[in-house]
This record gives sequence, structure tokens and C-alpha cells, in this order.
Amino acid sequence: MLAWTIYLSFAGALIEALLPKGKAMHARCVALAVAVAGLAIAVSGFIFGMGRGRVVLIDVPWVPAMGIHYLLAADGISRVLVLLTGLAAVAGVLFSWNIELRTNEFFAFFLALIGGVYGVFLSFDLFLLFVFYEIAIVPKYFLIAIWGSTRREYAAMKLALYSFVGSAMVLIGLLAAYAASGSHSTGLIALGHANLPVSSQMWLFPLVFVGFGILAGMWPFHTWAPTGHVAAPTAASMLLAGVVMKLGAYGCLRVAIGLFPRGLDPWGFSIIGVGSWRDVFAVLAVVGIVYGALVALAQTDFKFVIGYSSVSHMGFVLLGLVTLNQIGVTGAVLQMFSHGVIAGLLFAIVGRIVYERTHTRQLAELGPMHLSRRIPFAAWAFVIAGIASMGLPGFSGFVAEFQVLVGAWIAKPWWTLAAGLGIVVGVAYTWRAMQKAFFSDAPQTAHGLEQEHKHPFAALTWPEITGTVLLASVSLVVGLYPKILLDAIEPAVAALLAGGGR
Amino acid sequence: MSGFPVLTLLTVLPLVGAAIALWSGKHARGVAIITTGACVALALFIWTRVPANGAIGLVELHPGWVPSLGIEYHLGVDGLGALMLVLSAIVTLMSVDAAHRVHHQPGLYFGLVLVLESGLFGSFTALNFFHWFLFWELSLIPAFFLIKLWGGKKRGPAATQFFVYTMAGSVALLVAFLAVFVATRSMDFPHLTLLASTGELEEMVTARLGPVMMWLAVGVLAGFAVKVPMFPFHTWLPAAYAEAPTPVTMLLTGAMSKMGVYGLLRIAVPLFGHQIAQMRTPLLVLAVATVVMGAWAAAAQKDLKRVFAYSSVNHLGYCLLGIFALAVPYSLGDAGQLASQAAALNGVILQMFNHGVTAAALFWFVALLQQRTGGHRGIDDFGGLRKPAPVFAGLMGIALFSSLGLPGLNGFVGEFLIFRGVFSLAWVASTVSILGLLVTAAVILTVIQKVFSGPVPEHCKGFPDLHTGERMALAPVIGLMLLVGLLPQLIVNSVNPTVQNLLAHWRF
Repeated sequence: MLAWTIYLSFAGALIEALLPKGKAMHARCVALAVAVAGLAIAVSGFIFGMGRGRVVLIDVPWVPAMGIHYLLAADGISRVLVLLTGLAAVAGVLFSWNIELRTNEFFAFFLALIGGVYGVFLSFDLFLLFVFYEIAIVPKYFLIAIWGSTRREYAAMKLALYSFVGSAMVLIGLLAAYAASGSHSTGLIALGHANLPVSSQMWLFPLVFVGFGILAGMWPFHTWAPTGHVAAPTAASMLLAGVVMKLGAYGCLRVAIGLFPRGLDPWGFSIIGVGSWRDVFAVLAVVGIVYGALVALAQTDFKFVIGYSSVSHMGFVLLGLVTLNQIGVTGAVLQMFSHGVIAGLLFAIVGRIVYERTHTRQLAELGPMHLSRRIPFAAWAFVIAGIASMGLPGFSGFVAEFQVLVGAWIAKPWWTLAAGLGIVVGVAYTWRAMQKAFFSDAPQTAHGLEQEHKHPFAALTWPEITGTVLLASVSLVVGLYPKILLDAIEPAVAALLAGGGR
Repeated sequence: MSGFPVLTLLTVLPLVGAAIALWSGKHARGVAIITTGACVALALFIWTRVPANGAIGLVELHPGWVPSLGIEYHLGVDGLGALMLVLSAIVTLMSVDAAHRVHHQPGLYFGLVLVLESGLFGSFTALNFFHWFLFWELSLIPAFFLIKLWGGKKRGPAATQFFVYTMAGSVALLVAFLAVFVATRSMDFPHLTLLASTGELEEMVTARLGPVMMWLAVGVLAGFAVKVPMFPFHTWLPAAYAEAPTPVTMLLTGAMSKMGVYGLLRIAVPLFGHQIAQMRTPLLVLAVATVVMGAWAAAAQKDLKRVFAYSSVNHLGYCLLGIFALAVPYSLGDAGQLASQAAALNGVILQMFNHGVTAAALFWFVALLQQRTGGHRGIDDFGGLRKPAPVFAGLMGIALFSSLGLPGLNGFVGEFLIFRGVFSLAWVASTVSILGLLVTAAVILTVIQKVFSGPVPEHCKGFPDLHTGERMALAPVIGLMLLVGLLPQLIVNSVNPTVQNLLAHWRF
């Protein structure tokens, strides 16, 4: 049944493309209907999949000569991420309600991107996964290049180039693994059982991990992320941070760690304490956490704060992955979900609710507008999202990051200390941005006062409120009762780490 | 023990009230009064249901909240927890009572106050670190916004400083608990207490992580030291107390500061008793410094709110003094030592309650002074108030004497018991701390003299006395001070079994 999320999204994209121009409302309603239907399927798939392990959805030969199958399946990890994609799609449509420029095309690209993302999370054939992965890149480019803002062509091109470089690395890895396994099958399960020689795993693992890691915002290949997030229209930022970065992290887990686990073994020698690829990527993850947070602390553009915060939070995902223990990897998957929801909410508030009314994202200009008084809904929604993003208990981020930290501590304590520093800075930048943007004591300028009277802010619309409440309550529910998701994630992670899931 | 989840109800009740208050605009204060009144009744009910043997009762235990981290939904209270619930409920009611001039967004104001109350209840009933930390942080957010949005002129920096200090302390706590969890795979307070009392906790941590137990103790102590606060981590306090709207200051000092002392008693001492005993001398020095410096600093202030803020530092210093002084290894056959420890701990718990009530009352009187004189609160702004407002002067006088520690009033009992216990456990520390008592007495008497006697300044000429409503609101509080002062056994009888129970499980 979950496979229908993919078909439905692509069908929706096709309908959008064929819709007559100028009927913006039709385009919106179609997009919302498709997104909601996708979410409904994702939810029911999640509920019915409880306790069932990996379920094969469809398995037909595609290119029999090469052993390529059209193989869709779902385990607990897939189901959680499909659920996230469904949520991000609905929220994304709600927060794009005001798009007037070529509305139907916008939603066509949007739904195509969503379809590709669903496809990646459900593919259990490496070739198929790669196809969906590539499909997702193209709409991203157009969404940013056509509907974007600050330096959109530059950002779109940068994003596309980074993605293609990553894909090329993944493709090389894919072909090499295919050849080394005897060229029988590209199925993830078959490849996992192929017992690739350790020497090939040693170079395939870093290649594929970095290839996917680029899209996950791995430092130092993260630079596409802030510029891309900032330039993208709000819904696209929400999708970029919310689900596209998760594609990368998912690939790191499912493909790099799943297929080449021996690539994480020690090299047999060590340079300043780094003795395996695992150590290398842990260091990169920790640097990403701290660096992203510190840079976010120095930003003057509100959206850049959120953009760099994504780099920092995704560092937790990568760190969790390389802990290679049950708690750490479970935490990483939960963090993917959690960050998807929270980052989506933050981008929605900053890029849509606030920017549409103030037409500025500069913290220094937002302060004197006294937004906590003029749009209290946005201010308090940001407080909630900020608290969730800081990783305070009660919201999803805490459970996720806490598990990653515990996992990291079990693996190597000093990783935890460095990542803990990132959390402290995370509190600082979130709090700073919140105070400066919403609760500043700066006196209002005469000009500002005049503007306030002449152009009062538009009232909040129902899509804005619905989307905000949806995302915030998901983060709260998962934070208070993480068992809902953990029950699905834990067995899948256990299987993957034990090798049985391959 | 299964039964009606009364502790959960108590925690949820203010949240429901907050949701209603948020939407009820001008009537928010009424909603808040009804909610907090109900909470007082419920907290008193819980207080009467605590097991007589001092063990933890009213337990709610549901396994599998977060199975991968071994987190259970585990609630329960003993005499200490129940007393703190009663105190929090009373202080919140007082605060809501005192806050009847909130014109700016009253719905939000009272909503935040009620969320804060829920945070207090949650942290005084939690028996699992995860749960406890959730509410510990939850109380921080509304407190920040109450200062930030309704505070005085320098509220911005004060709120930020308050938040940053407490947050830094929380991170230290979190990291320390992460280590404990990694070593023991448990975050359950009773379980960890048991492990610590047999020495297993230290063995497990050392085996897993190396000799870091002392560092963990320092991290946990730092988290609580900020909240209490302990010298030299107190610097956020005067600014926050002075800039916060006065009813919020009542909450900060009356209830929130107790979260720190409670944390020491429920978490730091049970788990790290041995380490605290090893650090006893430096910790005692800091406690004495808190007592003495707090008193001296209060003497130097001109703003009544700052006077009482520093005097709060001083009073909570006695709690620290008692706790650190009783951290001595058990010596066989020394019955006197156990009696002294019990006296000190009884004193600490009483002092928590008494200081909560008294300090909240004092700030309430400051709020009344501000209302009547258009915001004046300098110690030199007033004079001769006993002539125009004898009832006001009389009642505030009682509260001041309670703060001074006059026998017959509540403040005396706790401090007496602390000194009774500490004197035989650490006589140097108690002797030096007596200096703090003397200076506090001087400060309080100065306040009484300057505010109530002397010539009446021009703007105080028409100073109205307390009207009936205010008298009705204040009378129970003053009555409570007298009641506890004259019949301390009312509280001691329920606290003492808990004290014995706690001491039996602590290992120094």
C-alpha cells in the first residue's frame, strides 16, 4: 500500500502540469489533496506495519539481464521516514498557499520532489534507489531557481552541482559493489549477503558515505546547505531541511553502513587518535555540530541562522550513525524525523509567516518592529519551535539528541563532550535569534511607527495556523511519548546492525 | 501501589488552568485563583496521604515510557516532596493573589504562571531523571518570559542572565547524568540511590568511565548551586529578583529556589554523598560565604527588593550549610552524630518551607508598597508608615520578624534546628555563620526602623491601610507563620520520618 505514496505524488505532479494556467486555487487544492492522501497512506502504512519487520511491497524484474528489480519494501526506518515525508508534504503545501507565480508548475515540481523522496525511502534495490535519488534533484533545482530569493541561480546551481558530485560518487560505489559481488543483483539484500572483500569495502565505504553525506550537510561539504536553504522558497526550504537532507543520511545508513560494514573496521594504524573511517566521520560530524552552531551564532540574517542550525543538527544524525550501537543509531533515525519536523516549522515561521509581513529577514531590522506584540502567534510559535530545536525535554529533539549522546558516549566519550558543546551553543544561537527578532527592547523608530499604522500586518491565514499547529504538535507528541516511533525504529536498527536486514 | 493518579492530576491541573487562562483575557486572574486554590487543596490532601514511615508513597509507575533508555513514568512523594508541593501551591496562590494589576496581556501572564506551577509540581514528584529534567526546564521557560515581558527597566539583560546561568547549570547536570546512565543504564532515582548506598554506583562508573565520579559530583552540584543559589553562582539573582514583577519574584524566591535545595536532597546527596563528604570543607566554606556575604550584601542595598533578594541568598545559605555539614561518614557507636544529622536535615527542610512562605510574604508587602506609592521601593522612600497604616505595619512587621528568626515565628524553628545540628558537626562553620544571623538582624531592624518610624514623607501622607480584601488574603499567611512557629511539630511530625528514612539511605 505504501507504494501508492510514490505513484500518487507523481500522478499529482502530472495533473498539476496539465492544469490550465491561472487557476491558482485549483492547483493548491489538488496539491493539498495529494499531499493529505499521501500522509494518510503513510500513517496507515505506519500503523499496519507495526511489529511486522520488513515488508516487501512489490518485487518485479526490471532489467533482468543485470539483475535489477523494481523492488519496493519498507522496514521500521523506512516507515518513519515516509511518515516524515508525508508530514513535510502537507505542511509544505500549506505554507505555499500564497504562491501566485505559476502556481501549478510550482506544485508540479513540489509533488515530483515528494514522489522521488518517497521512492528513495522505499527502494530496496540499489539501482532503483539511485534513480529516485536523481529524480529528486531536478525539481529542487527548478524550485529554487524560479521561485527562490537571495542569489537564487547561484544557490540552485551550487545545490545541483554538489548533489551531482555526490551522486557520481555513489554511482561509482554502486557499480563497484555490483561488479565485486559477481554482477548478479543490485538488490540491497542480495548485495548485503555478497560478502564483499574487506579491501573493497575499505574504499567503497568512505566513497559512498561521503557521496550521501554531502546531501546530509556533512562538514566540510555542507556549504550548499545554508545558501540553498536561504535562497529556496519557504516550502522548498522546508523540504530541503526537512526531508532532502534526510535522503543523504538515509543513504549513509542504508547503503554505506548497510552494505559496507567492514569499511568501518580499524585501519590497523592511527594518526593522532584517528584509526578508522569511523573515527574520521565522527570527527567530521562533531566539527559540523560545533561549527554549524558557532556560525549560526554570528548570522545577521534570520534564515541563515536556521540554515546553519540544520548543519549542526544533521551533525547529530551523522554522529549517531557512526556510533554503530543500538542507542546511537536509533537516536540518529529519530533525530532525522525530529529535525525534519522542527526545521520545517522554523523555516515556515521565518520564511513565510514573518517574512511575508515584514519583507526583511535582518535580525537588526526585525527587532524594532516589536513582532511579539504585532504577530504574537509567530513569536510564540517560534518560542515553541526554538525550545524544541534547542533540545529541551518535552520535545522530540531532546529524546533524539540524548540518545545520540548516550550512544556516542558508549562509543567514545570525548565525542559526547564536543557534541555537548554544540548543544550549549545551540541554546545560545536560538535564544539570540528569538530575542533579537521577536522580543527586542529596541525602541521603535518614527518611520517604523508610521509604517505600522499605514501598513498593518495581514492577519494570519488558516493554512499558516494549521501547518504550524500540525508540526508543533507532532514534535510535542513524539517528545512526550517517543515510544510511538521508537517501537518501529528499534527492531529495524537492530536488524540492520546485526546484518540481518541486509 | 496503584490507585488514583493524584500526583499526575496535580501536575496537569495547572496546565489545564493555563490553557483556559490564555483565552479568558480579563478574567484570567479569576481562573488562576480558582486553579491555584484547587491545587492548594489537592496538595494538602496529598500531604496527609504520605506514608507515616517516611518512605516514598503515592507511587505511580508505568514502565516503558522510553524503553531504549530505560525511562519509566515514575512518580512519588515522601514527606519532603509533599511539603514542597504544599509550599509551591501556597506560594503560587499568594503570587496570583498579589498580581491584581496586570493590565498588559493578563491571559498570557497568568497562563505562564500556571505553567510554572506545573513545572514545580512535576519536578517535586518526579522519580526519574528524564521526567524530572523535563519539568525542571519547563519551569525555566515561563519564568524567563515573565521577567522578560513584564519586568522592570533592565528586564532584558536580567532575564537573559537568569536564563543563561540556569541553562549552563542544567547542561552540567545533563552531562553528569548522561555519564551515570551510560554506566548504570538507569535514570531512576530510587534505584540509583540504592546503588549509591551500597557503593556500587561508584564502582560501575569507575569501571565504565574511569575515575570521573568526582567530576560528575561537581557537575551535579554546579547545576543546583546556580539554582539555589550558592556563592559565587548567585550573581544572576539580585538582578532577576529586582527586575521581575514583584509577584513573579515571590514565585522565584518562594518556590523556584527550593527546586535547587530539593535537587540537592533528592539527587546530589543520595547519589554523590561520598564525593560531597570528600569535598565537605570547600563546600562548607562556600556555604558560609553564602550566608555571610548574603547578609552583608543585603545590608548595603537601598532597594527593598534587592535587600530581600540578598537576604534570600543568606537564608538559603543556611540550608546549604546544614546539608554540607551533615555529610560526614557514619561512625560506629556515635549516636550523637546521627541525632545531629537528623536535626540539621529536619532544620533544612523546615527552613525551605519557612523561607518560602516568609520571603514570598515579604515581596508581597513590597508589591503593596509599590502599588500604594506609585512604584516606590527604595528603603529611604518611606517613613513613619505605622501612623497612617498600622495594620499594614503590624503584619509586615510580623513577616520581617519571621525572616529575622524571632522565636515564636516560623523562621526561628528551621534555623535553630540547623544550628543545633551543625554546631556539633562543624562548629567553625556554624560559629562564623552566626555572624550572618547578626547582620541579618541588623538589616531587618533597619528596614523596620526606616519604613515604619520617623517622619512621613510627602508622597506617603495619604498612604491607605490594608483594605478588607487584602487583610483577608494576608491573614492566612501570617497565621501560617505563627502556627508553624508555635506548633512546629505539625510539620516536623511528618518530616522527621522522611529525614530518618533519607539518612538511612545516604552513604557519605
